[in-house]
Amino acid sequence: MSRRIPESEYKKTVSYKLKSWYDGTKDYFVGELEMKPQKEKTISDEAFKKSEKDAHEIRVRALDVTHNKGVARFSRTYKVFSIVFCVFLVGMLLYGVAALPPFGNADNPVNNEVAQRYIEQGLQETGAVNIVTGMILDYRAFDTLGESHVLFIATCAVLILLRKDNKKKANISDRIYEPKNDAILQVVAKVLVPPIFIFGIYVILCGHLGPGGGFSGGAIIGAGLILYINAFGFAKTERFFTSKTYKIMSIAALGTYALCKSYSFYTGANHIESIIPKGTPGNIISSGLILILNICVGIVVAGTMYTFYVMFRKGDY
Amino acid sequence: MNIFFASLLIFLVVCAIAASFTKSLLNSILIFMTYSLVMSIVWVLLESPDLAITEAAVGAGVTTVLFFVTLKKINSIEKNNDDEYMNDEGKEEENDVEENS
Repeated sequence: MSRRIPESEYKKTVSYKLKSWYDGTKDYFVGELEMKPQKEKTISDEAFKKSEKDAHEIRVRALDVTHNKGVARFSRTYKVFSIVFCVFLVGMLLYGVAALPPFGNADNPVNNEVAQRYIEQGLQETGAVNIVTGMILDYRAFDTLGESHVLFIATCAVLILLRKDNKKKANISDRIYEPKNDAILQVVAKVLVPPIFIFGIYVILCGHLGPGGGFSGGAIIGAGLILYINAFGFAKTERFFTSKTYKIMSIAALGTYALCKSYSFYTGANHIESIIPKGTPGNIISSGLILILNICVGIVVAGTMYTFYVMFRKGDY
Repeated sequence: MNIFFASLLIFLVVCAIAASFTKSLLNSILIFMTYSLVMSIVWVLLESPDLAITEAAVGAGVTTVLFFVTLKKINSIEKNNDDEYMNDEGKEEENDVEENS
């Protein structure tokens, strides 16, 4: 419907046609294209029997190792070649490893000025006490953005592959996919799930102060969600986590990440002083953007883990 | 290299070989989970606790659960008693009918 132009004129516009085609109210191919129903394929009894017999013959002859020389020869050469290939691969890899410089040597090419700069000035430049987090979310933040997108694309692929499109099947009760209210599991989950969530949130929030970060914290929260869903079923989790929530959360997180990083790339490339304060190293609210980026990565990872599980389990949510 | 670290590494190699040679897929997954757990201890000893947390959460936790779900989907986890299996199926169907109606 349109308010500006009359109804009859509105029906001629492209947007109305697109909308009606998308809604399924009118199919513009009907009447325009020549459409014929296909003839039903009929097989005579004799042909059917012959094909059955052929299929049986093929099955018998292909697996008859004692009489079929070709199959026997193939299986023997296959074994020999697989062993030879494995030995060759192992030899190549061991040869490659032998050519590497010794582990922990001071003269290794790894110990160059880049690592030195990270260690000596990382705390001043990023404000993160944990130098590893400072590296992956400040110096190398572009790589981490790519990793988050890889996770998101992986979820999309899983959704495409495992999602059930059949509406009729989706209406069947989900009970068959759930455990039968296991008392031990429920009590254990009741005790364990809150500490797991709190530990995950702690790992995310303190990523710049100690070991941890967005990825590990998100994985811990995802594991907690999986435990919860196993104990209490889909109905309880779907009150707060559906596919819509996942879409909004992950897209918002990835967008925030990209925005934050574009800002710091812009300021860095043009030699402008960033307005984001570094704060005192050691405080929770410090080290500029790293805390926000950690939270974004954590949200994406937790949602991905949960979605993987649900898609494998049920195919729809 | 002390004895503890060396024994952990030997355990890793044994686990890796055992995981590929086990006939049962379920046992193979369990051995793989043990591998991940021991690997996280090795990461701690190599002074990278970040990786240790991730390995314990992803390798030993989520991946194993996903493997289990896949095995259940392809009906690879067998039940000991066939009658029991039939009973379970029957119960499930009854539940379905009740909830649908």
